[in-house]
Amino acid sequence: MSFLDLVPDWLLIHGPAFLMALPLIMAAITAILPNKRVAWTSTFIVTAILTLTAFSIALYNVEVGTTLYKMGGWAPPHGISLVIDALNAPVIVLIAVMSLLTVVYALPATVAEIRPNKRAPFYAAFLLCTAGLLGMVVTGDAFNVFVFLEVSSISTYVLVAMGAARDRRALSAAYNYLILGSIGATFFVIGVGFLYMETGTLNMADMARILADLDGGSRVAKVAFGFIIIGLGLKLAMFPLHTWLPGAYAYAPTPVTTFLASTATKAALYLLLRFTFFVFDPSYAYVADILMFILVGLGVIGMVFASLQAIFQTDVRRMLAFSSVAQVGYMLLGIGIATTASVAAGYLHLINHAIIKGGLFLALGAMWYRFGITRMEDFRGLGQTMPLTMGAFTVSGLSLIGVPFTAGFISKLNLTVAAADAGWLWAVGVIMVSSILALIYIGRVLLLAYFQSPPKVNGVEVARNEAPIAMLIPMWFLALSSIFIGIKSDAVVGAATRAAEFLLGAG
Amino acid sequence: MSDPEAKFGRDPHVLLRVIAKFLIPLIALFAFYVQFHGDYGPGGGFQAGVILAASVILYALIFGLTEAKKAFPPRLIRYGMTLGVVLYGGTGVVNFILGGEFLNYSNLASDPAAGQHYGILAVELGVLITVTTVMIAIFYAFGSRQPETSNEDW
Amino acid sequence: MSDWFAQYNYIVVIILMMTGLYIVFSSRNLIKKLAGLSVFQTSLFLLYITIGKVSGGQPPILLEDKSYGKDGGGQSLLSGPVEVAAGDAAFILPGPGSDVLYSNPLPHVLILTAIVVGVATLSIGLALTVRIREVYHTIEEDEIEAADFVYNLEGTAD
Repeated sequence: MSFLDLVPDWLLIHGPAFLMALPLIMAAITAILPNKRVAWTSTFIVTAILTLTAFSIALYNVEVGTTLYKMGGWAPPHGISLVIDALNAPVIVLIAVMSLLTVVYALPATVAEIRPNKRAPFYAAFLLCTAGLLGMVVTGDAFNVFVFLEVSSISTYVLVAMGAARDRRALSAAYNYLILGSIGATFFVIGVGFLYMETGTLNMADMARILADLDGGSRVAKVAFGFIIIGLGLKLAMFPLHTWLPGAYAYAPTPVTTFLASTATKAALYLLLRFTFFVFDPSYAYVADILMFILVGLGVIGMVFASLQAIFQTDVRRMLAFSSVAQVGYMLLGIGIATTASVAAGYLHLINHAIIKGGLFLALGAMWYRFGITRMEDFRGLGQTMPLTMGAFTVSGLSLIGVPFTAGFISKLNLTVAAADAGWLWAVGVIMVSSILALIYIGRVLLLAYFQSPPKVNGVEVARNEAPIAMLIPMWFLALSSIFIGIKSDAVVGAATRAAEFLLGAG
Repeated sequence: MSDPEAKFGRDPHVLLRVIAKFLIPLIALFAFYVQFHGDYGPGGGFQAGVILAASVILYALIFGLTEAKKAFPPRLIRYGMTLGVVLYGGTGVVNFILGGEFLNYSNLASDPAAGQHYGILAVELGVLITVTTVMIAIFYAFGSRQPETSNEDW
Repeated sequence: MSDWFAQYNYIVVIILMMTGLYIVFSSRNLIKKLAGLSVFQTSLFLLYITIGKVSGGQPPILLEDKSYGKDGGGQSLLSGPVEVAAGDAAFILPGPGSDVLYSNPLPHVLILTAIVVGVATLSIGLALTVRIREVYHTIEEDEIEAADFVYNLEGTAD
């Protein structure tokens, strides 16, 4: 009796449409619900259903392989089809689970951060963002990707700007994100337009087939690939294009930061994988060149420089934001080496990093919730005042550094082995250097939190003040799953390997 | 003779108002023409919604925002936006309950072609409602912003 | 050189695209940046519409009625209707059997969506600008940064 037997058949068959339609419709309804608990409850129920659906679809995918859902009954390549395959099933689960955890966490967090009359719109925008992310991951149509990319981006701009109730800099951060995000999306859609010129179709599988027939296509396809890489690079915060990210992460409301850090850039990375290995193919010379010189080069530079920048931050949220840019570098390195093992390692790091960064940002949000702190020097003695929260932060932080028996170790180990196997020994060195830099910036926070006494307010030491249970549950869930992956990594590594084998073939 | 008030009465905008009063119903009517003509030719919910919203915006420009809000209350906007999306999504869900794929209208009637016809009508109506209300909402949101410098600050 | 004139649409697209990007990156005024972004997006619309253009193509409208699809002499241009399966329903569409050239309607449909996305982006951007002006009393980026710099020195207490 497996989990799948409990799931009704219609959910397995119609699940892909369900994943994007349910949050989309419920977002509209949530917007007019009363602001109190009703809006939260409806959002919670929706994300819980999404999580169940995502899990059953992913399990079903392991069982039966790639499934196709014809939207509106129109057959591909003319109609829009939703595709579930080994590449996107884990990302779907990731997004759904993170949305559920964020909603649980948001119950206390929004009380502190969002004005009462804005809470229902906040949840509506959140659901819209979830719908956009899930939509761009499940769809098999290149233009539809753009539409969902913009659905998620536009709602993200709104969500980031809602941080203005707490810190006015959220407004200019949201504005910068809007400008760069729109440019990125437009570059992407220009690329899709050129691909359409070259192939005459918008269905990604059909594009891949025609491009393979054309042996990579003419100059138009090359231009298309360039535009798509730059557009997605802006969205996923590839090193020199990451300038929107620190501001957006630092000043958004804490639930939004968590959700963004663990899903938005990951969905863009998924698209990068989808386009470089599925639509295009590394066997075309221009794709191989861009992979080797642009993705690896920028990834490696990002790993070192963004980590260095993280060390010099005084605001812990900005520090973690720069660390995200550095971690994207690991994934780009894995993608750029372009062997099955390295792509699997990059994909594994995509999932692990979402779990790790989600846990870190949740813990950080809880600290802000209790004490209103984000600056480094305010972290003195947090090990005593918020032991459970700081514990979760520590576990996730160690995982970020790559301490054995954590998720971060597994993905860095896999990446190192893959790089060494491919003969990229210097890349191994850079991974080590970047990990040491991570040790420095995470270590600073841990030293302050555990080896200094809490600050004195009016001569009295700050008393123990633990985060509410609704915040502790999601952050410990992520911290424990990080350890769980570190000890028993079969399931996640298996999923990553399946994804890489789906893209590149076994071997 | 040089006094405009003597010539045109008390309202200096009387020409504008008279012409607008004549034009606004025509614009609204044209919006519905575009909406229902969308079945056979260029047109549809997006364009019709924008045209319909333009008639309300023109009304607001000529007669003032307060009058426009009386004619088209902001309360309607909130529910209108939701109603449109729910109508669109609901059509999809109904297809899904009737046994087809999401948004496969062919199941709506015994004849698939007729089903497609009903489906697109419902969906376009949803688009019309949402686009109209969203356009007016954007206009109201920008138009009814309080000036940042209040009288006390001067 | 004649190739360049034959493809003047693309040249206009490139000029618009570069103008828009240049405005976005060079301007320090929030409204001007959004204007640049709009120009940039407009170049995209033009690009897609250019893709859809077929030389001598007719508007892609259903050739059911007698009033459509006739040449100047009242002669029907449609030699044979082609059935295209659409969902479970069959529709009669002008297809490969007909002599009529049609412009490709798909890019237009796509661009309709992109225009809507552009409107949404622009209105969010303008709304943000309004809020920024209310908070900072300026829409010049330099002055906003200067204000935030002072604000940072004073600490996060507001």
